[in-house]
Amino acid sequence: MKTTGRSILRSAVGTGGGREPTAASVARRDAWLRRLPLLPAFVYVVLVTQIPFALTIYYSFFSWNLLKPGSFQFAGLDNYTRLLTDESLRTGVLNTVVLTFSVIAISVVLGLAIASMLNSEVFGKGLMRTLMIAPFLIMPTAGALIWKDTLLNPLFGLLPYLLTPFGLGRVDWVNRFPMATVVAVEVWRWTPFMMLIILAGLQSQNPELLEAARVDGANALQAFRRITLPLVRPFIELGALLGSLFVVQTFDSIYMLTYGGPGEDTTNLPFLLYLVAFQGFSIGQASAIGVVAVILTTIVATFALRTLFSIFHVEARR
Amino acid sequence: MIANPTAGGRFPATKILWSVVGWLVVFVFFFPVLWMWLEALKTEPQAASSPPTIFFVPTLAEFQEVLSGDFPPFFINSAVASIGSTLLVLILGLPAAYALAIRPVKRTRDVLFFFISTRFLPFAASLVPLYLLARDLQLLDNIFALILIYTTINLPLGVWLLRSFLLEIPPDLFEAARVDGAGFQNELLRIVVPLIAPGIAATSLICLIFSWNEFFYAVNLTSSVAATTPLFLVGFISGRGLFYAKLAAAATLSSLPVLMAGWIAQKQLIRGLTMGAVK
Repeated sequence: MKTTGRSILRSAVGTGGGREPTAASVARRDAWLRRLPLLPAFVYVVLVTQIPFALTIYYSFFSWNLLKPGSFQFAGLDNYTRLLTDESLRTGVLNTVVLTFSVIAISVVLGLAIASMLNSEVFGKGLMRTLMIAPFLIMPTAGALIWKDTLLNPLFGLLPYLLTPFGLGRVDWVNRFPMATVVAVEVWRWTPFMMLIILAGLQSQNPELLEAARVDGANALQAFRRITLPLVRPFIELGALLGSLFVVQTFDSIYMLTYGGPGEDTTNLPFLLYLVAFQGFSIGQASAIGVVAVILTTIVATFALRTLFSIFHVEARR
Repeated sequence: MIANPTAGGRFPATKILWSVVGWLVVFVFFFPVLWMWLEALKTEPQAASSPPTIFFVPTLAEFQEVLSGDFPPFFINSAVASIGSTLLVLILGLPAAYALAIRPVKRTRDVLFFFISTRFLPFAASLVPLYLLARDLQLLDNIFALILIYTTINLPLGVWLLRSFLLEIPPDLFEAARVDGAGFQNELLRIVVPLIAPGIAATSLICLIFSWNEFFYAVNLTSSVAATTPLFLVGFISGRGLFYAKLAAAATLSSLPVLMAGWIAQKQLIRGLTMGAVK
């Protein structure tokens, strides 16, 4: 221990000390100087993310209700075994998967279609793009309220009124089709995100390649499948994976539109955790749900990171 | 390079057709935003009429109502939380990105991976301990807690994004500065900051979007004193046929900063959202 202390001291003092610094100590000093700028951010992130997560794991082995003083007791795997038999968790996981999968699938398809349109010859491209990204920028809580109260409300909303001639007037969309409503509002929000990323991919395409294909007698569909699609595929993957990491965490629109209901029809994992922790005050149980959410997200995140790194590599090789 | 002079005008019929289809689709997506603006310019009876009012004389009365009521403190809290956390992200993230890009430390990839993995950790993973911690430190309903948490959410994105911009600076510039004997701080302020101004703009934009719109932590960690704009909107959740115009005005004002920033910095938006992967 003493020697390390002295060597740090010596390298900090540098040439001011009596002895010449050795090559090794200079290298070590340099390595520390290089790492130094990294440290504040690193320490900060560890403190605010890893320690709470470790505490979440710790709490998940305890039975603890905030409303019952003195209820903090070691419970082993009780919280997890309860989760396994609990209907709510299964519903929560299923709703999370359904919501995430449908939102991503629909918004990728729509995003690809709209991006292709914006990449072709149309009037007012710039303005179209500008208007198109607005749903993504609108505050999610505000967007959800506007949908629920001014567009979908069965009495005063615009949509039931417009659909009356089709025999669909006065339908209470939010209550009769809660999941479809949440999916629709989220698709409205995430399609612009997909569109932006896919459009960037399309624009990186060399137009001469398509021209050459056309000269060679390929029709539009063939050219799209053989040339355009392989090129934008990494962009689609990136959009889908990044998007799913955000959509898995959907909370705002569920809170505003359905509050997880009716029943548990739209309760996803984040909302279930919110209910258990802040309506039920069961800290141990909520922590166990948090751990499950992390495991599920890690699976998706692993794929996302791999895609991200592969795109960075392509960029680097250019 | 041979320009293609006929590309635009060769198939005018196709161009017109696609333009019409495209504009219809864009209209559908933009309509809720437009409707929000229209509702905000109505009077309450007009906003809650059946059938909906399409033609009306616009009025700013509801905006005045919102702005003279209890909305401003929420808005100010949002601004403090967003700007405060954005500054912290830049202060912590810029040196970190520098260490990872210009003078890469060993295992840079691992460090980058670690940073970004924390962004993908679900909020659910740390909400309960952060809540308990905030409670014990008397930080519940305190804007400072939100600033610290939003910094955590945005720092990984910030580091990745800033690094991707730093990688574009030619290494020769740093060599020259080192020969001149410029120290680290000097190097950072004199060379790096001016060169990656667009990167700083992109990072700030993304931080602003995520922290301004954040709701999960805000609703669980604040109640009145430190409550942010999304929480003001929660007050309208059960308004059945009441206050639609006021709701729309509040929603318009709440969304305004991010909408404007995003529209102005569209180029930075894509790059920011993909953490620098897509230019």
